[in-house]
Amino acid sequence: MKALVIGCGRVGSTLARALDAEGWEVSVVDEDEEALERIGSWRQQFVLGHGMDSTVLERAGIADADAVVVATDGDNTNAVIAQVAKERYEVDRVVVRILDPARADFYTGKGLDVVSPTRSAIDELRRRVVAERAEA
Amino acid sequence: MFVLVAGGGKVGSNVARSLLANGHEVVLVEQDRHRHDVLERELGHGAVYGDATELFVLEAAGIKRPPDIVVALTGDDEDNIVICQLARERYGVAKAVARVNDPRNQPHFDLLGISPTVSAVEMVMALVEHEVPEHELVHLLALKKENLEIVEVEIGAGAVADGRRVEDLHLPEGARLISVMRNGAAEIAVGATKLERGDQVLAIIEPGREEHLRQLLCSTRRREKR
Repeated sequence: MKALVIGCGRVGSTLARALDAEGWEVSVVDEDEEALERIGSWRQQFVLGHGMDSTVLERAGIADADAVVVATDGDNTNAVIAQVAKERYEVDRVVVRILDPARADFYTGKGLDVVSPTRSAIDELRRRVVAERAEA
Repeated sequence: MFVLVAGGGKVGSNVARSLLANGHEVVLVEQDRHRHDVLERELGHGAVYGDATELFVLEAAGIKRPPDIVVALTGDDEDNIVICQLARERYGVAKAVARVNDPRNQPHFDLLGISPTVSAVEMVMALVEHEVPEHELVHLLALKKENLEIVEVEIGAGAVADGRRVEDLHLPEGARLISVMRNGAAEIAVGATKLERGDQVLAIIEPGREEHLRQLLCSTRRREKR
């Protein structure tokens, strides 16, 4: 199985390592060369460039990717790249991080598989607050 | 009409000014605090501070009314795409226009149905290609011994030759048409051959006849503009 990880920050780099450990072929894309340092020793492909750039996506092998993870630090960048991966390259599994809950809802409604850490945090914090009140 | 403009840089602020001068209602959204404050002095409540890809900012700018048109003119193509998608699909805005900053992103706009788009680079390129004569008349072959040249010209819209027969063109001495290619099929140009815009014409000319040929075969728009 092959995955593209676009955006090599804390989330992207850790995820890339995890997929690598599980035996996936992983190609990482980031516009900053120093991002590679986050992964440590990385023997798989790293493509330097912006995920909005189709030539970068193609060099990373999006054409035969089974999954694409979009986790750059820009919500709008992620939303656009995810749509391009899904609609232009017809990748089966595209998961995208969108921090803003409002935009996360909008793009979920448009059919994207969205993970919104902000929304998850809000829900979890609320759950714990309510649980503590119930205990008290 | 009511227009929401996203992005208050040089493009956005001048679009807003022009719309206001034409009597339209305009709200301009700008995310840089300093830039917004400058614009607010000029536009008052017409300037809204914030990121136009945030729903609450769009709502503060009146997107729920909704505007007759949203114009996304920020310097970020992904922001312009998201603004147009939110405007049209979330808020039911009928029309959205987007600026393309990097022409390499044009396919993304097209893929996602963001249209119409405006790209300064593409507009400049279209003008350059229109203004530079070499682009209208291609030198295919120089027959050195004969002192003749074979050139290719496309019949332009509104050209003298558009809709005329070859014999009615009164071609100058030293210039004759060889063939006409239309819809992928070529035929020898004779006096009765009727020319149409878009035809690819081969001509044989003496050097120095290019301008005359161009005046007959190419679009007149370039000269009118001068």
